[in-house]
Amino acid sequence: MSTTVLEGKNIVRDYHIGGGLFTGPRTVHAVKGVSFKVDKGKTLAIVGESGCGKSTLARIITLIDPATSGDLFIDGNKVDIAKGGLTKEMRRKVQIVFQNPYGSLNPRQKIGDVLGEPLLINTDKSAAERRDLAMKMLKKVGLGHEHYNRYPHMFSGGQRQRIAIARALMLNPSLLVLDEPVSALDLSVQAQVLNLLADLQDEFQLTYVFISHDLSVVRYIADDVMVMYFGEAVEYGSRDEVFADPKHSYTRTLFAATPRADVASIKARLAKKKAA
Amino acid sequence: MPLLEIKNLTVSFDTAAGPFMAVQGIDLSVEPREVLAIVGESGSGKSVAMLAVMGLLPNTATVKADRMAFDGVDLLKLSPSERRKIVGKDISMIFQEPIASLNPCFTVGFQIEEVLRFHMGMDRAQRRARAIELMKLVGIADPEERLSSFPHQMSGGQCQRVMIAIAIACNPKLLIADEPTTALDVTIQKQILDLLVSLQAKYGMGLIMITHNMGVVAETADRVIVQYKGRKMEEADVLSLFESPKSNYTRALLSALPENAVGDRLPTVSDMLFEPAPSAAGVAS
Amino acid sequence: MSNEGPATIEAATVVKPQDARLQMFGEFWHYFSVNKGAVIGLFVFALLILIAIFAPLLAPHSPDDQFRDFFLTPPAWQEGGNAQFLLGTDAVGRDMLSRLIYGSRFSLAIGFVVVTSALISGVILGLLAGYCRGWVDTLIMRIMDIILAFPSLLLALVLVAVLGPGLVNAMIAIAFVLQPHFARLTRAAVMAEKTREYVVSAKVAGASHLRLMLVTILPNCIAPLIVQATLSFSNAILEAAALGFLGMGAQPPTPEWGTMLAEAREFILRAWWVVTFPGLAILITVFAINLIGDGLRDALDPKLKRS
Repeated sequence: MSTTVLEGKNIVRDYHIGGGLFTGPRTVHAVKGVSFKVDKGKTLAIVGESGCGKSTLARIITLIDPATSGDLFIDGNKVDIAKGGLTKEMRRKVQIVFQNPYGSLNPRQKIGDVLGEPLLINTDKSAAERRDLAMKMLKKVGLGHEHYNRYPHMFSGGQRQRIAIARALMLNPSLLVLDEPVSALDLSVQAQVLNLLADLQDEFQLTYVFISHDLSVVRYIADDVMVMYFGEAVEYGSRDEVFADPKHSYTRTLFAATPRADVASIKARLAKKKAA
Repeated sequence: MPLLEIKNLTVSFDTAAGPFMAVQGIDLSVEPREVLAIVGESGSGKSVAMLAVMGLLPNTATVKADRMAFDGVDLLKLSPSERRKIVGKDISMIFQEPIASLNPCFTVGFQIEEVLRFHMGMDRAQRRARAIELMKLVGIADPEERLSSFPHQMSGGQCQRVMIAIAIACNPKLLIADEPTTALDVTIQKQILDLLVSLQAKYGMGLIMITHNMGVVAETADRVIVQYKGRKMEEADVLSLFESPKSNYTRALLSALPENAVGDRLPTVSDMLFEPAPSAAGVAS
Repeated sequence: MSNEGPATIEAATVVKPQDARLQMFGEFWHYFSVNKGAVIGLFVFALLILIAIFAPLLAPHSPDDQFRDFFLTPPAWQEGGNAQFLLGTDAVGRDMLSRLIYGSRFSLAIGFVVVTSALISGVILGLLAGYCRGWVDTLIMRIMDIILAFPSLLLALVLVAVLGPGLVNAMIAIAFVLQPHFARLTRAAVMAEKTREYVVSAKVAGASHLRLMLVTILPNCIAPLIVQATLSFSNAILEAAALGFLGMGAQPPTPEWGTMLAEAREFILRAWWVVTFPGLAILITVFAINLIGDGLRDALDPKLKRS
């Protein structure tokens, strides 16, 4: 029943930093042999702190940058953008939503054009068809027809993130990479966007790779969790496994550091403070 | 006597589209040795209110208040130069972006010593000794060596520690932390929060923690003020805020936390709010 | 529902774009008009364009007509002046006012042609350099650096000497000298925009390199280019006047302001009007355009930061 949409085997990414006048060239290992597998309709969350290689991995999965070595399969097909070009069909299977809703939309492009652009590039649809599809997608992500002709700066952060999601979905991708999609949003807006993502996943049977540093969000949305630390996957398993019984010491540190907003821990803290 | 007392503070900005009310009639007080958290989402005016206290707002801002007193001194009646003597010495502030808050052209040692020279009038040897002491206090290893590093040679967490060292250099009575950990990783956030709280307890400072993160509030605050669109929605001690929030807005915020999710969907703020406009009506006082 | 849908879509698309554009223009005008000098500059410049367009109607005489009885007649209000020649005549009896009015055509044409050609070539080179980086970037930018290393007037002079004097060659030379500024500016802007996430998004949507360069990135680099173009406009007029003055630009009897100055050189002491008025014309034009450029910078730059 379940089909694997995304599979990575031993993905490695090295950056070569050219030597300066007095220093030799160096190699930085950003991703050190990471393997993963995501089934259709499921969400894999990749957790880690800044510099752990999670965004680099996101760019590899989204076929923006090539991996140095390792195999990447999307819908069962091996993809390697370093060798040979990328077919349009492969290109449209993976789309991405970025963290910063202010940088990810072209300030000179109307929303209608933002949404229509992927269709214009990849399909032969007429202008009227494109507009129709864009209008439908606007509605799906909770915006209205009146937004079609507006420019990005007229929208709030949450609305822009909805638009970015809509754009990513225009080509009916099977895999959506979400690179910290709610980190820049306010709590209340974050909840709305997370709900939207959950709804869209149900409706289109989407597969998500959800990159985040926020464990509470990950716990809410993920099916599987991968914890990355200095380019390595130190923990990988189902959500319940990872949260109930973290194996690696870094995962435990991460859990311990996450602020707790429940009444019991506040009581414990206040009691400790009184005692001190 | 409260350390900081503000009555009916209003801040408005002149914009191309007319005046914009960023803060509307906020009352606030901080007792000595107290940790007060001000929580709100972007646009709630939580930073603006504190910048008004510090006198750091741009010229386009109009600040009005019935009373704004620090340690019994009315800040509104002070001349700018008198005010500068208090701000930075008795009240100090740390900001969200630690790396941007430090001047990239000077060593951190120079920047710490500059504050000491300006406010405390110490001589060179005293300054250096105090700077090393401060670096130890905020938990930076090898303080003697680290004094001569530049901000770009340090990590974000270390820069925030240096900022804290600068902020507490003159033994302030009140420390205002504006989203001090938002730009930092979770594990570093934990360390910085622990540091702030321990310093606060050690020196008996008042601490105002401005944040949007309910977790940070739960981990640090004694008392909490919830702000929304420039108004105060609720004021309560931390336990009763989380146990039995009184305003609809607070309740909505707490239930929007992913960790409090029941079932598949998160309740959103707009689900639970609002009668047309947010008002202070939900605040029981 | 489905019956209603298309109608509302139609209404929305028909009305909205104008609204949005109007609103953007309104916002632009708001920031531009804060700068009083810029508005004055714009007014003067508009007046200059009108003068250039309606030169045949405005000028009392033909610019090349020589009145043999009126060599070096002073302006009308001076002793010995003649009401027929409001600003006097030059050494061969041509009406100064008419020549100045016709001269505005040349100056504006020079500015326009030079800026357009420098802009186009500079933007293409800068776009290539900033987008491709690597050896393309190195090659293009080092050539630009070499051009910039010469004093601009000297280089223009050398070029004209090679190509032969004349207005068209002078314009080519000036465009060549001004073009590195556009290339550098474009390159810097492209490099800043290229890493922005909307560009990566367009790439993920499958946009080709050409589309990324021209449709996605370039429109976002326009604002500083507009400012630079206005300032170069006045620069071009100045340099053309300088070349004309050195005898390398427009050739007599063309009523180009710089050339007029050159012809009048020997009469500076005897007849002040033959040098003063062309000089004033250049001064006012350049000043007005520079004022506009400053205003544009104020109006466009904060907008870039806001979006």
